[in-house]
Order: sequence, then structure tokens, then C-alpha cells
Amino acid sequence: MLGIKGKDLTLLGVVAVLALCAPFILNPFPQDSAMAQFNAGYPDLMQRFVIFGIFAVGFNILFGLTGYLSFGHAAFLGVGSYSAVWMFKLLSMNVIPAIILSVIVAGLFALLIGFISLRRSGIYFSILTLAFAQMSFNLAYSVLTPITNGETGLQLSLDDPRVLGTSVSDTGGIPVTNLFGLEMRETTTMYFGDWAFQFSNGYYFCAVLLLVSFYISIRIFRSPFGLMLRAVKSNQTRLNYTGLNTRPYTLAAFVISGMYAGLAGGLLASMDPLAGAERMQWTASGEVVLMTILGGAGTLIGPVLGAGFIKYFENIFSKINDNVLHQWFGGLPEGLENGLVWVAEHFVGSGWHLTLGLLFMLVVTFLPGGLVEGGTRIGRLIRGKTRRADEKSAQSKPAE
Amino acid sequence: MGILEVKNVNKRFGGLQALGDVNLSVAENSVHAIIGPNGAGKSTLLNCLVGKLIPDTGSVMFDGQSVLGRTPYEINQMGISRVFQTPEIFGDLTVMENMMIPCFAKRDGAFKLNVIRSVEGQGDIRDRAEAMLVDMNMADKRHMHAASMSRGDKRRLEIGMCLAQQPRLLLLDEPTAGMARADTNNTIDLLKQIKASRDITIVIIEHDMHVVFSLAQRITVLAQGTPLVEDVPEKIKGHPKVREAYLGESTPA
Repeated sequence: MLGIKGKDLTLLGVVAVLALCAPFILNPFPQDSAMAQFNAGYPDLMQRFVIFGIFAVGFNILFGLTGYLSFGHAAFLGVGSYSAVWMFKLLSMNVIPAIILSVIVAGLFALLIGFISLRRSGIYFSILTLAFAQMSFNLAYSVLTPITNGETGLQLSLDDPRVLGTSVSDTGGIPVTNLFGLEMRETTTMYFGDWAFQFSNGYYFCAVLLLVSFYISIRIFRSPFGLMLRAVKSNQTRLNYTGLNTRPYTLAAFVISGMYAGLAGGLLASMDPLAGAERMQWTASGEVVLMTILGGAGTLIGPVLGAGFIKYFENIFSKINDNVLHQWFGGLPEGLENGLVWVAEHFVGSGWHLTLGLLFMLVVTFLPGGLVEGGTRIGRLIRGKTRRADEKSAQSKPAE
Repeated sequence: MGILEVKNVNKRFGGLQALGDVNLSVAENSVHAIIGPNGAGKSTLLNCLVGKLIPDTGSVMFDGQSVLGRTPYEINQMGISRVFQTPEIFGDLTVMENMMIPCFAKRDGAFKLNVIRSVEGQGDIRDRAEAMLVDMNMADKRHMHAASMSRGDKRRLEIGMCLAQQPRLLLLDEPTAGMARADTNNTIDLLKQIKASRDITIVIIEHDMHVVFSLAQRITVLAQGTPLVEDVPEKIKGHPKVREAYLGESTPA
């Protein structure tokens, strides 16, 4: 089906179910319960899950397959966002042209940066991409203010032309992003007893694009092109002496992953039509590296998991403050309570980076293959146990 | 006129004259060995043939075309394949995938953005890789990770990958270096069998005289970057200059 089969098809199915049912899966706790703060099923956050999932899936095509570690991928994300916002300002509030332009501009930008950076490999390549990304950030922040609106960030205004749309909406405000009239921010809430599930058009639009991106990435992984990329990672010398030119292969991978980043940037702007230079900062580039490694570089589903994991931490753990902690430990004697809260508060709230860092260290040390390896190990453990149980029962039968 | 013509090649590394006026002519469909003590310039010469190094002066012609100024992959596409001293294979890939890559290179050239099709669907490439694995007696290892194989098997795979491209000239850089005697003999048999079953020219650089004398039809002896003698194996064995270069024996005056 769809030109893929077996495990790949299952994987695509799993991602499809996860993406489409996310509003339920991420909202396991009733609205007013104490655990409700662990719910992640609100549109803003779910959109971030899938958008950064797309970003990481694209990054994985470069890093996972060829082993070239780019430290500047946020530049393409930023370029994508700026392109999309310009499209909203000049053409119309429809997200389709905006996203198409994001992908194209990010692709061209990746072609330029890749062409120069890919002259080197290893750490030199990483440093070159990092330098380019910081350069783009600084350009966006100051020099290119007419295009990027500097530190304020690029925003929509009432006097934007919007040739194919309207400058001002019927209610006198700035019109909202839409897909042929379907408003991106429109959200339906469904109530089941104490549970509230939110379905937003914007989220489902992003989710469908994640599925398409994921599907394309599967096809790339399984194509002759993907095989060549894995060969690049494995042994460039042999590849060269096998009559294959590595440069266009790595450049193509770089441009494809740049286009994925552009798509993610365009989607970010489509959900919330503004773009700032901080989107291109090196921390943002580092984040996608973390997502990919945490989930499992070179695996298909790893980056999606990694993106979800990190975004969950960023948005949920960071919201736990000492009031919440006092509630949790409220039943304990006061000294103990204060002590525990004092320890725990360093790991939550603004200290969520500490928890993430520790988790990252643990994963890299004990699960070099990322969360995917963890999953496989657990799977093997369970299967191993059932097999052993089967063997036992098989052995015991003749004795009966 | 041989298939490979090396004329007046010089190569200097700083103060070291690695190659001095090397002339070499390799006849088509022959097995030509280049021997010489350590530091004689054998590997430098080989690197000049495959585009890794560019000679300071002189010319290297393959089948009437100059290889100078071309990159390794271009030279490979002209029909020259190289086997390395330590096997260079795709360690992270399976044996089958290793064998498919040269088949793709042969069919699609130096670059093709083939993202639409799946590797699975490339029947012709699979068949060719499979046939080559059978030829190399490795069909049972097709799903193994290449890095997990023994040295001898890696060598065998590397030679098979080179042959899958149907090269006209095969360069072997000390193919039996670091191998046990049994593996060495297997490699000799393999090379003999390769030579017998197809039209191919082989240039072999080797330390092991046993290998050289079992395979070569002509031998060039290099010493200090210059060819000393070139002759058939029988004559090389007892040649006084060779004994001098190799064993430090002084020639009786």
C-alpha cells in the first residue's frame, strides 16, 4: 500500500493514529482534577508537537542518514516563518501559498548554505552551519530590519496590501489565517463528563502535513537515494572509489531537510502569524539536534517521539511551580515537605532544563539508540518472556 | 600500447622524492605486479593512478585518455576499480546492500536523485548483486552486517564490489596484508579464478612474494621511487639488482 509495506506501513499507521487521536491521548485527566496540569491536549501545544515533529523528521534525513550534524537548521525554520508572514502580508491569509513559499525559500537558502558548508565534513561542517545560522540570526535581528522588522519581529498590520484577500476583516481587525476559508484557530470542544477534548482546525492541518512528511521520509529512507546516504555515513572513501560523487548526495539531503525545516517554520507562522529572529538562534538549532538524538537518530519514528518528549517537558514541566509542589507534598510533616519542595523545585518550573539535561544524559549513556532503542528493548524483553513461557509449556506438555 | 601507460611521473613530498621518473606500461588483460621494499613509492604510484594524488610531472593514460586532474569517482567511472590495503567496505550496511551500491553506480552513474522508487523494487540491481554474491561464494552472508565479518570475508566482499562494476582495470593494494596463510591462499585462488573468468587487467602491489609469483605475468620492481627492473617473474627471481634492493646483498663485481 502506498509503495511501502511491512513494518514501515505499521509505523505510518501508528503515527497516523497518534496524530489523529492526539486530542484524546494527550488529555487523559479530567479537566478539574489535580492531574489536569499534565494534560497536553490543547491546540497550541499539540500544534507544536507536530510542527517540531516535522522539523525533526527532516533533520533526521540529513543527520540520521548521512551523519552530517548541522547546527544551523533553525535558520531554515526562521526563513520559512518570515516567508510565510510576508505571504500573509502581501498575498492573502490562505496558508497554502504561504507554506509553499516557505518551503521554496528555505530550500533555496539551504542550497546556498549547504553548497558552502558541505565542502567540509565532521566538526568543520557543524561549525560552518552554526556560523551561517548565527549570521542569519544577526542579519534578521538588525541588518535586515526592513524585511524582518528587527527585534520586534515581523507582524501583520491593518494596512498590509493582501492583494488576493482583504486588508481588514469584517469586524475591523486583522484577518486570521485560513485554509480556503476554514479558520486555523477555530476550535471545537467536546465534553465527556469531566473531560474536555479540543479539536482545532489548525492542529489537524499540521497533523496531516506531519503524516505527509513522515510518509515522504519513509520513502526516502527506503529509496536508492536513501541507501546512498547511508553509504555516505558508513564510508565515503569506498563510495568515492565506487564511482559515486558524494557531494550532490549530501547536498540533496541538506536541501530536503532544509525544506522540511521551512515547512515547519511556515506552519508555525500559519498557526500564529508572526516571526521573530529568536526562532533562528543557535539554541533552536540545538533543540532539534536534541530531539533527534533523544528519539533515536537514523530511525524513522525517533525524531517524532523526541520532538513530542522535549516539547512536553518544555510546556508541562515548566508550569509546575512551588505552589503545586506544596499541594503534592502537603500531607507530609512540614520540615520534610519544605525539604522535598526545595529539592524538587530545582527540577521543575524554570528548572525544567535540568531535568531534560539529566534525562538526555541518561538516554545517551544507557540507550545510545534513543527512545526507540528503549522501546525495542522493552519489546524484546516482553517477547522474550512470552517465548520462554511458551517453551516451558511446550516442554511440560510431553511430561503430562 | 598498454591499457595503462605511466610516463615520466614525478612526485615530491617536501624534500622527499617519492617517485622519480616512473615509466610503466601495463598490457591489456595481463596481471602486472609492482613490488619493492617499504617506502619504495608503491602506494604513492597507486594513488597517482586513482586520482588521490596528482603527480608533479608526467602523464598517466588509461585506455588512451589521461586520468590526471580527474577525481577518484570520475576515474572509477572510466573503468578503474581499487581494492585497499585495509578493506574499505560499508560496515554499517548489510552485505547485500554493499553489493548493490556498485551496481547502482554502474547503472546510474555518479549521481542520481532516485527517491521515487524503493530499493526493494530494483529487480535488475538485486539480480546483479545476488549473482555477484554467488560468484564470490558469499550468498549465505547476504543479511550480515559487513563490519561483523572476518578480514578474509571483508576482502572478498570488497573485491566482489569492485568486480560488480565490471571494471577494465583492477588495482589491488597489498590484498593479503595481515592475512593468515590459509586466507592468503584463498585470496590467490579467488584472484586466479577472477582472471580466468573475465577480460580484466590486474595491477597488484604486494609484499608477499608467494602471492606475486603465483599470480603475476610481469613484475616491476620499484626502489626509492624509481623502477629498477621490469620483467617476467622467472627472470625477476634471480635478478641481482632485485636481491640487492630487497636483501641488501652487494652484487658481485
